[in-house]
Amino acid sequence: MPTLNETMGQYSELFMLLAAGTYTVAFIAFAWDLAKSSKTLRVVDLKAAALSGAEAARVPVGAGVGASGGAVDRADSEVAGPVGRAERPTSSVSGSQGSGAGLTADGGMRYGAERRVPARVAVALAVLGAAIHAAGVITRALGAGRVPWGNMYEFLTTGAFVAVAVFLLVLVHRDLRFLGTFVIGLAIIMLVAASVAFWTPVGHLVPALQSYWLIIHVSIAVLSSALFTLTFAMSALQLVQSHRQKTVAAGGADKLGFMRLVPNALSLENLSYRINAIAFVGWTFTLMFGAIWAEKAWGRFWGWDTKEVWTFVIWVVYAGYLHARATRGWTGTRAAWLSIVGYLCVVFNFAIVNQFFNGLHSYSGL
Amino acid sequence: MVPPPLGLPGMLRWAWTQLTSMRTALFLLLLLAVAAVPGSLFPQRPANPAVVAQHIKNNPDYGRILDALQLYDVYSSAWFSSIYILLFISLIGCVLPRAIAHYKAMRSQPPRTPKRLSRLPEYGTLVLPVGAGVPASRAIAEAAALLKKRGYRVEVRDDDARPSVGAERGFLKEVGNLVFHTSLIGVLVCVAIGGMFGHRGQKILVEGDTFVNTLVGYDNFAPGTNFQSTQLVPFTVTLDKFDVRFDRESTKQFGQPIDFTAALTTRDGLNAPPRQQILKVNEPVYFGETGMFLVGNGYAPVITVKDGNGQTAFSGPVVSIPTDAVFTSTIVAKVPDAGPSQLGFAGFFLPSAVKNAEGVAYSFDPDPLNPQLNLNSYYGDLGLDDGKPQNVYNLDVQKLTQLNGRGLPAGGIVLNAGQTYTLPEGKGSISFDGLKRYIGVDIRTVPGQAGVLVFSLLAVAGLITSLYVNRRRVWVRAGNNEDGRTMVEYGLLARGEDHRLAAEAAAVRSLLAGQWRPAPGTASSGRADNDVTGTPRAQPPAGFAQSTADPHEQTKEN
Repeated sequence: MPTLNETMGQYSELFMLLAAGTYTVAFIAFAWDLAKSSKTLRVVDLKAAALSGAEAARVPVGAGVGASGGAVDRADSEVAGPVGRAERPTSSVSGSQGSGAGLTADGGMRYGAERRVPARVAVALAVLGAAIHAAGVITRALGAGRVPWGNMYEFLTTGAFVAVAVFLLVLVHRDLRFLGTFVIGLAIIMLVAASVAFWTPVGHLVPALQSYWLIIHVSIAVLSSALFTLTFAMSALQLVQSHRQKTVAAGGADKLGFMRLVPNALSLENLSYRINAIAFVGWTFTLMFGAIWAEKAWGRFWGWDTKEVWTFVIWVVYAGYLHARATRGWTGTRAAWLSIVGYLCVVFNFAIVNQFFNGLHSYSGL
Repeated sequence: MVPPPLGLPGMLRWAWTQLTSMRTALFLLLLLAVAAVPGSLFPQRPANPAVVAQHIKNNPDYGRILDALQLYDVYSSAWFSSIYILLFISLIGCVLPRAIAHYKAMRSQPPRTPKRLSRLPEYGTLVLPVGAGVPASRAIAEAAALLKKRGYRVEVRDDDARPSVGAERGFLKEVGNLVFHTSLIGVLVCVAIGGMFGHRGQKILVEGDTFVNTLVGYDNFAPGTNFQSTQLVPFTVTLDKFDVRFDRESTKQFGQPIDFTAALTTRDGLNAPPRQQILKVNEPVYFGETGMFLVGNGYAPVITVKDGNGQTAFSGPVVSIPTDAVFTSTIVAKVPDAGPSQLGFAGFFLPSAVKNAEGVAYSFDPDPLNPQLNLNSYYGDLGLDDGKPQNVYNLDVQKLTQLNGRGLPAGGIVLNAGQTYTLPEGKGSISFDGLKRYIGVDIRTVPGQAGVLVFSLLAVAGLITSLYVNRRRVWVRAGNNEDGRTMVEYGLLARGEDHRLAAEAAAVRSLLAGQWRPAPGTASSGRADNDVTGTPRAQPPAGFAQSTADPHEQTKEN
């Protein structure tokens, strides 16, 4: 039994607080980026309209093409190939999908050439916040002398860190900065909820949790949940974007100008599918390793404990999501709703089931 | 949807088609998720029969409706079972034809070369200059060799004017898909085997007790439907010592248990040599396929009861049931052998007793710092003689007369360690002689368990394969231009989700381009490069020129 280091635990809580503060500033910067960019885009539109009247007249709202990120957009639309040739467009989904529907962001989610100062500031702050957050998670682990996911407070703080870390890692390859407000916002909510509702000082593990399966089972659960958090944000944006694309295509006014920074609905759907596929494999492992651990700890690998029920429900919902993508009439908006329902189940499984349902997984530490 | 008027066979065929359709499967899958939820909202009989009984008792009307709807047995209910059985029938109906189709596909040649490759999602062209010396037929033979090396199955179509090669790879994707779904059936079958041939029982072992694995040895026993008592593995277990450690470091979690260790002496059979083994939470002890799991523990105060005749009517440990984190435990002792009237005791055991301001004793710590018994006593007929089974942890006081209690002149019995109390009216005495701990163990055999694990692992392997192997088709076609150049076009098509098709197209392109890298200075003319490889426009690869993907699309997109 490792000895506790409560001072280290207090440092950890200070780091968590600092991380939440830094994230808050990053969140404001991300929001500023969205607000400012819609203005910038309008100016770009006007300039483009003045430069090439003909093109701007034909595609009035999508006139961002040919301006700042034009070269990228153009190349991509040519690369992507015709729409609707495959059963479901799969590879290198193009920006052209939504042309005419008021889109500027690149469907391939590559970085464009334009300078978005607020977004850069936001990412820098998010990186700083994540570094402080990492210090918080590590000091927590040192303070408790074990992995930092033994109760709900630790699961939330570590989970928020993994969500931000995964987001920042994906940012290296893809321009997902439009997700920033969402992901950082969720991370702040998680940190605040952890500190206010689930706060638990460093402590030892109850015997039921003293197993190497804690490291395996819970870490995969945290990682999968973090990925589901990303896809939840993307699916929500997909619904908004798809609604907006329809409105704009039907000639309606574009009330959500900032959504031009968000790629088209199909690109969002495709990327969230890819992430969900990884997360689903992760969740399958969570379920399986959980069953193996349950056999060791409670003598049965499956007993329909409330937590097991909800883990199963989440697995089935995301399995439904994967199938929906291959079912006619279920792609797009319906699949996005399934992804959102799945995430709501994840949240419910964590926040409600742990505390208000009687079960064997009552490790909240509260 | 209206079924067509086709008579019974037609109806059946229609119903089968409906059941095995993707849409129905998806619907059943989502229905399964919804149907599983009530099992977490209401107490379930298999896990907690006592809680269910209490729930029905507390809500008689509501409870009866819930019970009629099988909401206390969700996972064995008719409706839940029918959903998953339908789902699995639908799954089999889906998997079988797909397996047959895929078997045929794996044995057949890649599909014929489409007339217009430019219609494919990935398309590109290469032009071999006059001096390259690669005619169309040779270009196709070389392309076929390259694709074959890349893991494609190829077929060369020797069309005199425009030879082509059809190539396909990634058959494992569908195999993985089929393995995944078939393995789920395997998991279900193995779970069913466990339910049929397995057994599960509980036993409480006080320090010093020995358990022999026979039916009479159990406190509780739940056999599978096809269980036979000869299936019980012969073994014995003696609990030598049970150690509990509570947290003394942390402030907020002070007193939380951090270690349970049971020291056992076990024998694999009555005459086998004894072994010293440790049983802990997360560290079960196995006897062949039968596992013993530590699931509970508590205190068993040792008491001695002398009856009104001065005889020792009972002496030994009495199991108390902990009710909270500081092990405030309820305790019941029934003494049927006492004379002239039977005696019964009910009350609390407090490991670390102190009195609050109102003079009510409570326990402040789970460790036995000041063990104390607080009991009421009764005499009369315990109701044990008519042979009806009774709950040993519950004293039915209806036919008993109370001797001790807070409201009576004699008051309640308070016994500290080593003390003796003489009962009123010469009914005898009770003494608190010592304290032992006990453990509650689950003993289980689940025959299909290994099968469940194997099929689960197979399912995951199949899942990963089906998600990350990509089934792709490539066609390359070549033709000899009148001016002596060789024109090559290629197209790629993915089956199912494939976000890396563009990358594959680029790889195939660079393979082909590398193969036919011409001598310097033979660069040919051509239109602007819009090639998928992302090759910089200024430097077409090795002097090759590429034509645009599709002129129609160009106009459409601009």
